[in-house]
Amino acid sequence: MSTLDSKIPEGPIADKWTNHKNHIDVVNPANKRLIDVIVVGSGLAGASASASLAEMGYNVKTFCFQDSPRRAHSIAAQGGINAAKNYQNDGDSTFRLFYDTVKGGDYRSREANVYRLAEVSASIIDQCVAQGVPFAREYGGLLDNRSFGGVLVSRTFYAKGQTGQQLLLGAYSAMSRQINKGKVTMYNRHEMQDLVLVDGKARGIIARNLVTGELERHSAHAVVLATGGYGNVFYLSTNAMGSNVTAAWRAHRRGAYFANPCYTQIHPTCIPRSGDYQSKLTLMSESLRNDGRIWVPKHHKDVEAIRSGKLKPTDLKEDDRDYYLERRYPAFGNLVPRDVASRAAKERCDAGFGVNKTGEAVYLDFSAAIMRYGSEKAHTSHIQNPSNDQIRELGEKVIEGKYGNLFQMYEKITDDNPYKTPMMIYPAVHYTMGGLWVDYNLMTTIPGCYAAGEANFSDHGANRLGASALMQGLADGYFVLPYTIGDFLASDIRTGKISTDSKEFEEAEKDVKSRLESLINNKGSKSVDHFHKRLGKVMWDKAGMARDTKGLQEAMAEIKEIREEFYKDVFVPGSVDEFNPELEKATRVADFLELGELFAKDALDRNESCGGHFREESQTEEGEAKRDDVNFAFVSAWEWTGNPSESVLHKEDLKFENIELKQRSYK
Amino acid sequence: MNLTLKIWRQKNPSTKGEMKTYPVSDISEDMSFLEMMDVLNEELITKGEEPVAFDHDCREGICGSCSMYINGEPHGPDRGVATCQLHMRKFKDGDTIHIEPWRANAFPVLKDLVVDRSSFDRIIQAGGYVSVNTSGNSQDANSIPIPKENADLAFDAATCIGCGACVAACKNASAMLFVSAKVSQLSLLPQGRVEAKDRVLSMIDQMDDEGFGNCTNTGACAIECPKEISLDNIARMNREFLSASISK
Repeated sequence: MSTLDSKIPEGPIADKWTNHKNHIDVVNPANKRLIDVIVVGSGLAGASASASLAEMGYNVKTFCFQDSPRRAHSIAAQGGINAAKNYQNDGDSTFRLFYDTVKGGDYRSREANVYRLAEVSASIIDQCVAQGVPFAREYGGLLDNRSFGGVLVSRTFYAKGQTGQQLLLGAYSAMSRQINKGKVTMYNRHEMQDLVLVDGKARGIIARNLVTGELERHSAHAVVLATGGYGNVFYLSTNAMGSNVTAAWRAHRRGAYFANPCYTQIHPTCIPRSGDYQSKLTLMSESLRNDGRIWVPKHHKDVEAIRSGKLKPTDLKEDDRDYYLERRYPAFGNLVPRDVASRAAKERCDAGFGVNKTGEAVYLDFSAAIMRYGSEKAHTSHIQNPSNDQIRELGEKVIEGKYGNLFQMYEKITDDNPYKTPMMIYPAVHYTMGGLWVDYNLMTTIPGCYAAGEANFSDHGANRLGASALMQGLADGYFVLPYTIGDFLASDIRTGKISTDSKEFEEAEKDVKSRLESLINNKGSKSVDHFHKRLGKVMWDKAGMARDTKGLQEAMAEIKEIREEFYKDVFVPGSVDEFNPELEKATRVADFLELGELFAKDALDRNESCGGHFREESQTEEGEAKRDDVNFAFVSAWEWTGNPSESVLHKEDLKFENIELKQRSYK
Repeated sequence: MNLTLKIWRQKNPSTKGEMKTYPVSDISEDMSFLEMMDVLNEELITKGEEPVAFDHDCREGICGSCSMYINGEPHGPDRGVATCQLHMRKFKDGDTIHIEPWRANAFPVLKDLVVDRSSFDRIIQAGGYVSVNTSGNSQDANSIPIPKENADLAFDAATCIGCGACVAACKNASAMLFVSAKVSQLSLLPQGRVEAKDRVLSMIDQMDDEGFGNCTNTGACAIECPKEISLDNIARMNREFLSASISK
């Protein structure tokens, strides 16, 4: 059993990364040509790592399950990317970005990793601009910034509401250049099914060609997993349909510890579910809370009337509305952090005040902002005694200028006009802070197996700040991993090509084959989605926004039951050796059914509230989250022992030498 | 609502496909088109039949995976949306809906509604990038000011999601809108200008090698494009191509 050595370099925090880079073993260029690296995943972390590693001279093989690497789900990120450039001269610095990120993570991240992230953030912007990423600019031709997610400086770079798309296409183009040079071999429509260990080191993967169904053996001297998060364990989330935990979970089963699985970010402003057929949820940028007021009716009779269509929300009198965030948090009002806003919406809906037919929606109302902006505009345009209709029209124009594309997206999906009637929103699973445990070099507990981007756990603690995910993915891929991997690969210059004829590859392939065949041959009576939906419901009800001992114990037992039933009664049509999307889903859901149980176990073990993890047993008298630094200032890293409920906990104590721990308050 | 679906079924690239008819009932108008397809697939699976294969992933109109040719239009009757953002309220009870894959030689069908679009990747690999290393030592991001107007035009071109609707809409199966969007984005920015000539020549070479047709200025591509990429980009690419060809 390995012990957790985070390998944090010695010295003051500001010098750690530089010192570390100076002492990492460097592989000479001629020898790099003798070394192969596998990268699984082609999102921000995977594509940028592939490009950088190939440029350095390594032979890279990159895998993605989509039909093109450009489709990885990083592409859907809306808001922006943080960087401590201080272009706005508002006092931003590496230290301030570091501080905000550690505090935002509710003091559950590793200081040294976060500092490094802040340190390389500025290079990311330089790199992306050099690649031709069209960031928003001011009229003077320089880059524009906006502020984001409750921080006090303006450090977010953006490309309208499509920042993730532009950054991913930048990384994709850098990788395409290396594919053209023959330094990266790209495997589209290939999914990793298992990790292969030879002499205890990660030396390759078994991948399934999703078009032909063939199993392929691929060897390398190191394997990088950049396979994203596991939010789809909840079935409904803002993740893409194909986002899954399989690559990370297979590595976990081979010995990589899984860290903090219970840390999930539930985003407060998503478009609510409209029925049981719902397949995924769509995010509306959190910037909307700057101008929208959140409310539900005060009385149940009005809720009933609204649900049955007898009453319009716009006809409800002010006195009959409950602006619950303004009522509970007068200081921050509608601008409380994501976790607080999400829990408050759930509380009202659980109490029966949800405003749509599913009972899971609250209003986000722009009418006050429309009238306020309208009056201002009338005033500055010198319109005497404007009518209410005139004011409303002027105000709607202002709102359109600010949020036009979001309002249009909302209307496309719901067929409601949010200028005329309040938006309906509800929280949804968005991001997972937990992931494979990694040391300072981003190496998991399996030598030679690395994890980058959302797939690892290291930088966001228990809660991620807005515009930090893109920063972390590109930092890991462009600037961290390509250097730190040298530490491991330096000893491999004489190893030579790794053979795929070894018994380790043979056994791994046999394992995968029998797993796939048993799913196909099961011939049960229920679809994969049937089980996935049931798992999602248990996760949402009992391991979602608020958790308690009883619910988590029940969740563990219920997930185990669903898993057992899955293996008895799942029906997967078609065959193993063909293009078979249902079989792909089945392998992913099988792994979610194990992860889900570990998730609940981790949440049960962490008897404190922190960030996205709210434990009913750990709250203040006012019902706010109460962190417990004395007993829980550690990373939970779980070791697989053959059954999720019997996983063994290893703790990495978190030391805060540069930042003082404080309780958060928003009253 | 109740609908009749006529869907292209094809087992694999080497077998012949055909249109098959499937009735679906109790479809809510709030469903997205792909959720309606989920309902059909769930029914087929329950009956022990093979579900319809189709590409999809983000289901919010940005990954570019989904690719259905619906009643003779890529991504269906709505404008400015991908198939995943099309909702059933655009249809009426009793409608018959024809669903086919993208049709183009350069996009061979893999199964049912799934086509192989790796030709798009190869066009980008031929030159759709700026040749700059990811060293992190590139010059400061603000060292070259870029007029906002150019940055905005470059952004508009860069919003292409690479879905291939332009090719599917075009009677010549031309990829000019896709290729010109990338050529435009990079030629409008100083960082991309340096290699502009080589880029446009190699990307167009690759486009021709892949078997895409030529442009005859019909404009169907821009009408059907889910990101409403403008035809201006094709004009810009033609100019770039001409001047690169002359000065070569």
